[in-house]
Amino acid sequence: MNDNVLIKVEGLKKHYKGGAIKALDGIDMEIRQGEVVVIIGPSGSGKSTFLRSLNLLEYPTEGHIYIDGADITNPKVNLNRHRQKMGMVFQHFNLFPHMTILGNMTLAPIKLLKMPKKEAEQMAMELLERVGLGDRAAAYPGQLSGGQKQRIAIVRALCMKPEVLLFDEPTSALDPEMVGEVLDVMKELAKDGMTMVVVTHEMGFAREVGSRVVFMADGMVVEENDPQTLFTNPQSPRLQDFLAKVL
Amino acid sequence: MGAWFEGFKANAGAWFEDFKATFQLNFIDDDRYMYLVNGLKNTLIITVFAALLGIALGIIVASVRTTFDKNEESMRMRNKGLYIVMKIANTVCKVYLTVIRGTPVVVQLMIMYFIIMASSTNSVLIAVLAFGINSGAYVAEIFRGGIMSIDNGQFEAGRSLGFSYFRTMYHIVVPQVIKNVLPALLNECIALLKETSVAGYVSIQDLTKGGDIIRGRTYSAFMPLIMVALIYLIVVVVLTWLVGKVERRLKVSER
Repeated sequence: MNDNVLIKVEGLKKHYKGGAIKALDGIDMEIRQGEVVVIIGPSGSGKSTFLRSLNLLEYPTEGHIYIDGADITNPKVNLNRHRQKMGMVFQHFNLFPHMTILGNMTLAPIKLLKMPKKEAEQMAMELLERVGLGDRAAAYPGQLSGGQKQRIAIVRALCMKPEVLLFDEPTSALDPEMVGEVLDVMKELAKDGMTMVVVTHEMGFAREVGSRVVFMADGMVVEENDPQTLFTNPQSPRLQDFLAKVL
Repeated sequence: MGAWFEGFKANAGAWFEDFKATFQLNFIDDDRYMYLVNGLKNTLIITVFAALLGIALGIIVASVRTTFDKNEESMRMRNKGLYIVMKIANTVCKVYLTVIRGTPVVVQLMIMYFIIMASSTNSVLIAVLAFGINSGAYVAEIFRGGIMSIDNGQFEAGRSLGFSYFRTMYHIVVPQVIKNVLPALLNECIALLKETSVAGYVSIQDLTKGGDIIRGRTYSAFMPLIMVALIYLIVVVVLTWLVGKVERRLKVSER
């Protein structure tokens, strides 16, 4: 693995109600190119807030986030330009219901990257074939199952050729039998060397695919390690307690 | 049977003769139908231009209100100057909504006619302004409701792809909003059309006033008033049919 730091987080804090609620309470992290960082933790631990802070869907109260060396918390930095490089996959898919699958995928590349329509559609079709949905290009999101929607959401993000993909509990809204097909796509991506930050409750995925697992609680990083060590030899009582409940 | 039918025929004949005479008196004599024709013309002019003004105002006000609500935090964090400007604009919009929706349209029309535009003699223009400004408040709330009803995830998906707030609105949110607000917007246009019937308060000869003038001349209330009601009804039915057609066409793109 190379040492190319893609995302650097320094002292990230997110407070609500003037500090009465501390969703994030001082987080430092470095994410290198090609890493798959899996964030686990009990609900309310701030893991989703942290992930959403990485592309400023949440505005931190304090701290800095550097993407490719640029501090995106600085108001003078072009945030939209940086967001283009960070794909995001949501728990509830958030496909655009008024557009076809192909329309969903090609909208941003055509409008933002100024890609010719033909080229964008060809790229989208190739990606659709890769996730086994080549025959649904003309369908509307309302006609698809949850698992299919989430696979589309992943390839929609890929159409922008992002440097990193952020996953916010991508399988939590799915019926159990559809979780596998989405995780398979994510594993495939990890194998291809995509940098990923994944918030999930899928411990199997964390153990198998993660290059690093981060355990968060009360808005802080309590423990982080390679998955093997973290799952078999947890140090902090909080993590031991958490693993005892979920494994 | 035969006698009954003869009686009916005589009665119906008399009734029909009576009807013809009243019709002649109210609409044909002295070309009185022209009161209705010119009145309808004024009513339609006022409605169409007031609706256009109302939609324009409504879009502006709804844009300011939702842009402020959706971006309050990011503006405060990233652009203090813009935040202050938008906060002032938002407050102005709120005052406009409160005043317009809190006072009767007739009073607003009279204020426009006798105070604000007292020096103007173009009464149709005055009516367009008064009804347009009034309608704008309701249209603004229709659009705002439409925008707020779109799941926040749609905004987040657009922003996370790298679209600015306005391009997210343009490409992703507004196309969904238009479909949702069309029925409410039609409702507002129908309400507006009927509200213009109070234009006679400031001596504008709209359709209602036209019928009223005929009644004053002929001393017969039934024929002119029913005719006025009928004309309003026909316009509304045609309008509803048209929008239904547009709605069906929009629905085709859904699935």
